[in-house]
Amino acid sequence: MTLATMNGQDVHVDDEGFLTEYDEWDHELAKTLAANIGIELTDAHMNVLEFLRADYKEQGETATLRRVTTMGGTPTKELFRLFPKKPAKKMAYIAGLPKPVGCV
Amino acid sequence: MKRMLVLGAGTAGTTVVNKLRPRLDKREWDITIVDQDAVHHYQPGYLFVPFGTYSPEEIVRPRERFIPPGVELVEGEIDVVKPDERVVQLTNGTVLDYDQLVIATGVTPRPDQTPGMVDEEWRRSIFDFYTLDGAVALRDALATWNGGRLVVHITELPIKCPVAPLEFAFLADAFLRERGIRDRVELVFVTPLDGAFTKPIASARLGGMLDERGIVLETDFMIERVDPSAKTLVSYDEREIPFDLLVTVPVNMGAEFVARSGLGDELNCVPVDKHTLLSTRYDNIFAVGDAADLPISKAGSTAHFSIELFAENFVHHVKGEPMTAAFDGHANCFVEAGDGKALLLDFNYDTQPLPGKYPLPVVGPFSLLEATTANHWGKHAFKWAYWNVLLPGRRLPLPALMTTAGKTREEVSQ
Ligand SMILES: Cc1cc2nc3c(=O)[nH]c(=O)nc-3n(C[C@H](O)[C@H](O)[C@H](O)COP(=O)(O)OP(=O)(O)OC[C@H]3O[C@@H](n4cnc5c(N)ncnc54)[C@H](O)[C@@H]3O)c2cc1C
Repeated sequence: MTLATMNGQDVHVDDEGFLTEYDEWDHELAKTLAANIGIELTDAHMNVLEFLRADYKEQGETATLRRVTTMGGTPTKELFRLFPKKPAKKMAYIAGLPKPVGCV
Repeated sequence: MKRMLVLGAGTAGTTVVNKLRPRLDKREWDITIVDQDAVHHYQPGYLFVPFGTYSPEEIVRPRERFIPPGVELVEGEIDVVKPDERVVQLTNGTVLDYDQLVIATGVTPRPDQTPGMVDEEWRRSIFDFYTLDGAVALRDALATWNGGRLVVHITELPIKCPVAPLEFAFLADAFLRERGIRDRVELVFVTPLDGAFTKPIASARLGGMLDERGIVLETDFMIERVDPSAKTLVSYDEREIPFDLLVTVPVNMGAEFVARSGLGDELNCVPVDKHTLLSTRYDNIFAVGDAADLPISKAGSTAHFSIELFAENFVHHVKGEPMTAAFDGHANCFVEAGDGKALLLDFNYDTQPLPGKYPLPVVGPFSLLEATTANHWGKHAFKWAYWNVLLPGRRLPLPALMTTAGKTREEVSQ
């Protein structure tokens, strides 16, 4: 675990850059994280991120794509449009949550 | 009289009643187990049916043979659980009440969940081997196949026995070589994961084995639909993978009654405490085996190890005492590699599969993460152990909790 400086504040990240402290995240930081991977946040993005944050708080685990689709109400196709190529990983990264474990 | 009601007489449910009948006083507890049909399938055997190694008859037995005296077996399809009334209703109208409920109805492949999968090409050029029917149909197709693009595909995780699709690819490679047509086949392995497997060291080893066999690996493929007329898989990010013969593992989902009863998650699995298997919502409902939402491989071995601890806990729980045994997510899987060899993976919630020897350090006899003949015989001996040791609830000579003795943590770049 290492410290990174973003928006002038120190945040804890793992070796792939995922935030490790739930409470260090805020909307401003989300914008910076999104920009790091070439995404400009819109309300549609924020809806998904808010679902992921709330669900994580309850479940203690990052939601899978299927969970975001069935419980969060955003169709998978839309998730691929919002977070191209690797939506599960990208959503978690911007939401400041652990990388989803591809559950075996 | 109190009643323990077990839903599903598969691997987990059958083991549970065998473990608990001797532990619960017969004057105090009735045990009833429900299943929709009368035949128990040894599901790990499905893998070998398409290659003619096992016959279908070899891997099915009557369920009642494994249900001990003092346990009532009821045949019927479960319609709904009403947790507030403590009753379970079957589709034939029967109502069963309970004091303690154990949900053990597993997961099943659901090809209907992917558009285009069960259309005109289903069981013509599209097959699955996660059902006995599917495995038999695939056997017949493979026997006369003349070559082309064989695509082995995982729709979505988690699935039961997550290594089985890789094993299928390895065995298909060996089978096609034996038939002398391997050079006429392009073999492709398609997965939604970013590598051959999830855990880094195992993923690297298994990925290397695909390479050695000339099997092409397509990663990060999230299927949106099958186009049956063009014979292609189409992903959400609009990649297309053509096939002549598709062997797919459809989405695996828990039973519909779990959803209808308001007890399921997005895959109809039951959320439970991962150490005790107790429902997160009702303190008289447990879920065991594949039906639970445990963050570990859905496998017979996982069911076996967890039920050993569950049985111990359950006896305390019904007396109002705390449950002190904690399941650690211990799982192990033999992975068939083809040519009479197999690998063995041993892992839990916290420790990924590592190389070494098992169950005893140095002497084994099984080698972890390495293809050996002993492992292969271990895999086939599992069939005997399944019917004779596992289902009757006897102890396998293996510790329920994982140990790191005999394992080495070698450097593999992640
Ligand atoms: C191809 C393949 C290979 C595998 N290989 C291995 C392996 O090598 N090693 C290993 O450890 N595991 C392996 N497994 C996994 C293993 O078979 C399962 O994890 C195990 O069977 C799970 O047991 P279970 O009791 O939870 O579910 P199941 O054994 O599937 O039992 C569920 C039972 O519930 C019943 N049921 C479901 N819904 C209803 C309903 N509505 N009403 C009434 N009854 C219902 C079903 O009829 C069934 O009998 C493999 C599985 C497959 C498919």
